[in-house]
Amino acid sequence: MSIVLSNISKNFGDFSALHDIDLEIPEGELVALLGPSGCGKTTLLRIIAGLEQTDKGQILLNGEDKTQHHVSQRGIGFVFQHYALFRHMTVFDNVAFGMRVKDKKVRPSESEIAKKTHALLELVQLDWLHNRFPDQLSGGQRQRIALARALAVEPSVLLLDEPFGALDASVRKDLRQWLRNLHHELNVTSIFVTHDQEEAMEVASQVVVLNKGRIEQQGSPADIYDYPANAFVSKFIGQTNEFQLSHFSTDWFDKVGLSISKEVTKDSIAHVRPHDIEITKTTNDTPVTLKDWQHLGALIRIELTKNLPSGKSKAVFAEMPNEQFKRLQLSRGDKVDLKIRHAHWFH
Amino acid sequence: MSAAISRTVHQSTLDDANWVRWSLITIALGFIILFLCVPLALVIIQAFAKGFDAYLSALSQPDMQAAMRLTLLTALITVPLNTVFGVAAAWAITRFEFRGKNLLITLIDLPFSVSPVISGLIFVLLFGTQGWMGEWFLEHDIKVIFAVPGIVLATLFITFPFVARQLIPLMQEMGSEEEEAALSLGSSGWRMFFLITLPNIKWALLYGVLLCNARAMGEFGAVSVVSGHIRSLTNTLPLHVEVSYNEYDSVSAFAGASILAGLAVVTLILKTFLEWKQKNERATASL
Repeated sequence: MSIVLSNISKNFGDFSALHDIDLEIPEGELVALLGPSGCGKTTLLRIIAGLEQTDKGQILLNGEDKTQHHVSQRGIGFVFQHYALFRHMTVFDNVAFGMRVKDKKVRPSESEIAKKTHALLELVQLDWLHNRFPDQLSGGQRQRIALARALAVEPSVLLLDEPFGALDASVRKDLRQWLRNLHHELNVTSIFVTHDQEEAMEVASQVVVLNKGRIEQQGSPADIYDYPANAFVSKFIGQTNEFQLSHFSTDWFDKVGLSISKEVTKDSIAHVRPHDIEITKTTNDTPVTLKDWQHLGALIRIELTKNLPSGKSKAVFAEMPNEQFKRLQLSRGDKVDLKIRHAHWFH
Repeated sequence: MSAAISRTVHQSTLDDANWVRWSLITIALGFIILFLCVPLALVIIQAFAKGFDAYLSALSQPDMQAAMRLTLLTALITVPLNTVFGVAAAWAITRFEFRGKNLLITLIDLPFSVSPVISGLIFVLLFGTQGWMGEWFLEHDIKVIFAVPGIVLATLFITFPFVARQLIPLMQEMGSEEEEAALSLGSSGWRMFFLITLPNIKWALLYGVLLCNARAMGEFGAVSVVSGHIRSLTNTLPLHVEVSYNEYDSVSAFAGASILAGLAVVTLILKTFLEWKQKNERATASL
């Protein structure tokens, strides 16, 4: 089911949580709402669900205006950050709940409910836990039960609030993969909220970057990484080095291979990803020194210091494969030459 | 681990002050025996001073029976009403944001901070023949003060806070996510309340109801002001105890008192059970 939001605004007292949000999500996408904490992403998710009312604007689900519909009438499945499993019910009763509270006319028989509940529990690979209580499960298991419970009502939209936020790093990795596979299998339009850009890039087919109640950019993970719309997105998605034009000489930009286009002004900032910086050992008198490095598995993270004309110094980070770094045979304090392969200019 | 360490530290620091520990325990125990156990025992002894038969006949006096019936009736009306009110108030306070919320929380506690006699007087001022609304009631031939409605009203006022006070902290701690989950799964508001909220708050609710009931049956001050002490008509059990005592009918007075004391003991036992039940449930929930 497609989702169209137009002109959504939400205030909490004097605080403006969302500001004129326009968003279109085509059917079958797995979308990440990404942003720093307090950017309004959870509020937006809750407004789509109907758990929060929008001050103005419209919510269309599959072309139908659902703005005034109660949460129970929107046909959505919601997975809460802390799972919100019913603590006094067994896993089975939790998953069956949505089917059991249906109107008598459309309610399946108890045997159908049981069949479907077991099928869902098998889908999340936890049928063996069906008569446990939520407090007897691990975090990852609770998350999967919460998902099975939301899927039991056959929602046309699946909404997940920080689905991996409260889990251990290793469990999180597994669950990300699993969620993506599950989405491929079910193909239900899904939106999840996250503050972790890595998670958004890895799981989602579309990423929506939010900041201070506004949408900064929407696009595929690759688009957002390769063509950030503005300085905020560039900084938020992955690591970046900032070079403010006024702090450096234009000569230096020439030397490192950064061409300065016509639009560049005094206030322009160049954003350079660490892997777009190449370093070579030199005996020349250059202002860049190697300070330290850290192993990040396959990559080496290199910390450089560049002396500025103003007398201060600036930290610059570069990344390169392990092997390549070994071949350079560098040690701390060595002078190095920089080559910048690619930069994004923001004015 | 850290708890274990701090415990041993505590013990060693307190060990050298052994006499402090024992004297504090002695004082506390002595106080309880002197002011709680001895009076309770005296009530029983006095009630049975003229034998078991006298005790039974005192209890079966028509006035005593009427007082017991009125006490039960009052509790039967006020406890359910205040249970509904308590749940509604706790719900409003923990689930909605609105202006004047803090004022409401403070007002709920008002009956705790006002002397019961004053509470009684308020109702006399409102509904008495000389009161603000007295004339209207007089015209419509409705008796409130010195009648059963006044007793019920005063008791309602006094036992107002018990249920809400028990539920508010619990419901605040639980949050509303489970309820929201139920709604998102298509449940109606009422179903959500009965299937999700109620099972989660049931022990605290029972605890509040128990305290509310104990107070409703035992209330003296406010009821005394509005009742008028009419025998067989407007005397509740506590009032009947006082009247009998003033008339030197000590067996009757203490027989009535023994019923109230018995109620207190049963309440205590149930209260301990409910506290244990609540603690147990929370312990498993936090596993």
